[in-house]
Amino acid sequence: MPPDFFPCSESVLLLSWGNLIDPSLHEQVQGLYEALRARALPGVLDYIPAYSSLAVALDLGYFDRHFPGASALKIAQGWVEETMQAFPEGRRSDAPVRRLRIPVCYEPAFGPDLSALAGQRALRPEDVIALHTATVYKVYMLGFLPGFAYMGVLDERIATPRLPRPRRQVLAGSVGIAGRQTGIYPLDAPGGWNLIGRTPLRMFDAARAEPVYLRPGDEITFYPISSAEFDQIAQSL
Amino acid sequence: MSLWVLKSGLLDTVQDLGRFGYAHLGVHRAGAADGLAAQISNILIGNPPGAAVLEMHFPAPALQFEQDALFSLGGGDFDARLDGTAIPCWTPVMVAAGSKLVFNNRRRGMRCYLAIRGGLQTAPWLGSRSTSLVAGAGGWQGRALHADDRLSLVAAADFSVQKNAVLPWLVNMRDAYPSAPVIRYLAGPEYDLLDAKAQQLLESADWRASPQSNRMACALQGPPLPAAPLELVSAAVQPGLIQRLPGGELLALMADCQTTGGYPRIAQIVEADLPALAQMQPGAPFRLTCISLEAASAAAQAQRAWLRRLQRACAYQLAAAKITPIFAE
Repeated sequence: MPPDFFPCSESVLLLSWGNLIDPSLHEQVQGLYEALRARALPGVLDYIPAYSSLAVALDLGYFDRHFPGASALKIAQGWVEETMQAFPEGRRSDAPVRRLRIPVCYEPAFGPDLSALAGQRALRPEDVIALHTATVYKVYMLGFLPGFAYMGVLDERIATPRLPRPRRQVLAGSVGIAGRQTGIYPLDAPGGWNLIGRTPLRMFDAARAEPVYLRPGDEITFYPISSAEFDQIAQSL
Repeated sequence: MSLWVLKSGLLDTVQDLGRFGYAHLGVHRAGAADGLAAQISNILIGNPPGAAVLEMHFPAPALQFEQDALFSLGGGDFDARLDGTAIPCWTPVMVAAGSKLVFNNRRRGMRCYLAIRGGLQTAPWLGSRSTSLVAGAGGWQGRALHADDRLSLVAAADFSVQKNAVLPWLVNMRDAYPSAPVIRYLAGPEYDLLDAKAQQLLESADWRASPQSNRMACALQGPPLPAAPLELVSAAVQPGLIQRLPGGELLALMADCQTTGGYPRIAQIVEADLPALAQMQPGAPFRLTCISLEAASAAAQAQRAWLRRLQRACAYQLAAAKITPIFAE
């Protein structure tokens, strides 16, 4: 299904496949995103892939220099259409999909909402952990904070709406649930997701060469660890 | 040698024109809220337009130059005094080591930019010197300035200053900021959520920037706009986007906004008018008016062409004053 093109501003072209979360639709977004990135088009500042959309942010100064008087948005739309024609199924990147395992401590001190969430769904906490660790998640997109990955699709049996009142402070590494999404807070921040555990891995570290741990398209599984293991891993980093 | 912060201001951060290429990882742009003022301030003193500058709010900091330097101020007018002498905005100033720069009053605008020849020499992070307050990275140690910070400057190798002096060229800002308080916008993807009456209200109401506005967003005070509810899956957002919150209020995103969001996207403030919004004083009424994408693109293009002409004119003046544009692009 081809996307709709919408000029969000003079310099941002938005491709939209609709307003829904759907794995096969996201594959098209991800495929086109990777195909465009691989072209290393000059004049493009950023691509922002999301669940069912892809934004292309343009450097208008570049278009002034190389295409004076022309519409940057029209030229960019042409580039996107060319890419879609060349790779009608979306081109997977040459690099294989990254598969990452993320340790999570689900003990009550680490996942303050786990027992309430289990109670709401008439499950035991260990059932919630089993269901959360059984799925291979896709990183659909990153946003909200540097390194915050929106992952899905969460098992229906533990899908839970956001808290009615967001917390003022959620600790970095906290693993949360919102609807049929799961995510990890990369930084201490306010947040309304149901917190079921915490990982000792740093999803964001400004001092690293690659500050952000996850990328769009990554495949993630979680595995449970004890608080002792949590401390051990945290100290080894 | 350096710029010494004697006293910090409300929010003083190092900014350039923003961080690009990492938005797919959730890393926001940041950058000067009024990018036009930052660019003009740089151009006046022969810097590349995107050199790192100091963005100041009021109360502004007290600063001391620990070396001879050439600087300019732009954006908001905070009644600057250099060793007691009034210093206007939009003009280059030669300053001798030991001089003190303070700001007495906020006369106009919300953000004042200090550009210093050579640019502020903080370490770039992900290709930009902009401070990301949320990531605690970039700019000066990833944070706003504190008293006693010392920001490195480029040595003034090709000139020395005996006495502070305002150089004889300045920018006529009537050409750059629209004088009438009208902010132009493009219809956003969910503009049609507003019925005809609400669309009319958007154009006829007096809008005001809320005092709670900050570098992330500017809340627009005005009548609530009724609209059909709509749940959106998250998608990219950018500075200038006007979102409608569930209660009906409008929120215009600013330089420090997130990379993605999920509220209905009613409108997009045109690039040429983002500087005016960044300088809008809380309580001052303004209007919103819808224009076509072609008109918006033409306005932005005219602004960029104007900056290029200013750059050529300033290069000529700098040469006449025997000051080499050290970082000419």
